[in-house]
Amino acid sequence: MIQLDRISKRYPPDMTALTDVSADIGAGELVTIVGHSGAGKSTLLKLIPAIERPTSGTVLVNGQNVGALSARALPFLRRNIGLVFQDQKLLFDRSALANVLLPLEIVGFPHKEAQRRAEAALDKVGLLKRARALPIALSGGEQQRLAIARAVVHRPGLLIADEPTAYLDAETAQDVAAIFMEFHRVGVTVMVATYDDSLFPGARRLRLDHGRLLA
Amino acid sequence: MNWLRNQWQACRLALSRLATAPVNTLLSVLGIGIALALPAGGHLLLDHVAALGRGAAAAPQLTVFMSVEAERKAALDIEARLLGRPDVAQTELLEREATLKRMKASDGLADVIGALPKNPFPDAIVVTLADESPAALESLAAEARKWPRVEQVQIDADWAHRLAAFVRLARTGVLLLATLLGLGLITITFNTIRLQVLTRQTEVEVSRLLGATDAFIRRPFLWYGALLGLLGGIVGWLIVAGATLWLRLPVAELAQLYGLELLLTLPSAKSTGVLLGAAAGLGWLGAALSMRQQLSANTR
Ligand SMILES: Nc1ncnc2c1ncn2[C@@H]1O[C@H](COP(=O)(O)OP(=O)(O)OP(=O)(O)O)[C@@H](O)[C@H]1O
Ligand SMILES: [Mg+2]
Repeated sequence: MIQLDRISKRYPPDMTALTDVSADIGAGELVTIVGHSGAGKSTLLKLIPAIERPTSGTVLVNGQNVGALSARALPFLRRNIGLVFQDQKLLFDRSALANVLLPLEIVGFPHKEAQRRAEAALDKVGLLKRARALPIALSGGEQQRLAIARAVVHRPGLLIADEPTAYLDAETAQDVAAIFMEFHRVGVTVMVATYDDSLFPGARRLRLDHGRLLA
Repeated sequence: MNWLRNQWQACRLALSRLATAPVNTLLSVLGIGIALALPAGGHLLLDHVAALGRGAAAAPQLTVFMSVEAERKAALDIEARLLGRPDVAQTELLEREATLKRMKASDGLADVIGALPKNPFPDAIVVTLADESPAALESLAAEARKWPRVEQVQIDADWAHRLAAFVRLARTGVLLLATLLGLGLITITFNTIRLQVLTRQTEVEVSRLLGATDAFIRRPFLWYGALLGLLGGIVGWLIVAGATLWLRLPVAELAQLYGLELLLTLPSAKSTGVLLGAAAGLGWLGAALSMRQQLSANTR
């Protein structure tokens, strides 16, 4: 599903975040990306939805070279990817439900159907009762789960999460990790950057060290 | 129907944004309304003034004055000559004796006229033309001046023509004003939308990351601009309508002093439509220009 071929990423002026990274990730795999802070985990994940583009090498997603996608084609790549950001990027001016509705509105779902799906997604992460709440009124763990609900509501084939269990207590981290495991079980390809990959038993582990992939 | 649904969704979002910042919205709308009221009011007023002139000039008249020494026969000849022309609708001969009698009857002049040795008034022929154009009037006047025993030819509705010229000039002024204030309106919405985008930076960014097209991101902002313009247009209309009703009586009274009838009326349905359409359109344009600048400035 995802082929990384000798990827390097340099941030201007001269910060090399990734060096010569190659990996092949099959459909339905559960992959964790581990490594010290600054190792390049976020950078690697950002290459897949073309939030960042590689300085050299190619990133193929479903056979598409995403580094070369036109601005016009980009949205359609991203609609098939669920993203949980390290900083969550929730919209604080609207309810939890409205946050989850956004990806469906972008795709152009009829309102009723969108509403139904958004509620189902909130239910799945245990937030249905908090649907009307503003994100600011949610706890850290609840916000994290809301971000996950938003990432999966449009049923993407690929779910990418950047440290979704950071700042969570052990128990909540378990709960959140379990949600990803569940998506993996139903066939979604899942990539998670994490410090603690014991939360994801059975996952394939990619370890980064100073931008290089260790075997 | 996807298109319609998208538009409706964006429209509702824009409405809720207008509603969540009522003070901001009110200030922008008032600014736009006042800016629009000036040219709209000017246009309405000129319509009335122009109608006033048209009423007076509707039957353009010439008065042909014979020389004082001319005999009645000469006046009758001229009248016949005028009536023979296709561009003359009607004539009326004012005999000098009748004129003298009428003048003597009027206050103040009686003594002066009584003191004169002989009748100072000539025979005169009032001519109503079939053709309303000032050019036709001028050419007949020029011709008649050369006729025998004709002393002077006067174009009576001259003031109406001067008024028409003034109205033409004033209309250009109103158009200029409308253009300037229209640009002002574009500027207001441009900046309002710019600020909107700045405060919604995260929303724009997140929408992009979730796969929104530029069209999707732009849509609610365009609606916002158009609705802002429309609301401003409504306020502008209310200002004009209020001023019209308020000034109606005093203007009518003033006009009456000049023997004119001038009753201010509310803007017509067509003018109202043009005003609201232009307001919404300019608001949309301001927003569109702003979005173009914002989205290209934003990295994806
Ligand atoms: N936009 C950027 N501009 C410049 N340098 C960047 C940028 N983003 C990341 N970097 C640098 O690239 C390196 C890799 O960053 P990255 O965010 O991928 O690390 P990470 O493994 O996700 O770290 P963390 O665990 O702290 O999130 C870091 O040294 C970082 O400072
Ligand atoms: Mg990171």
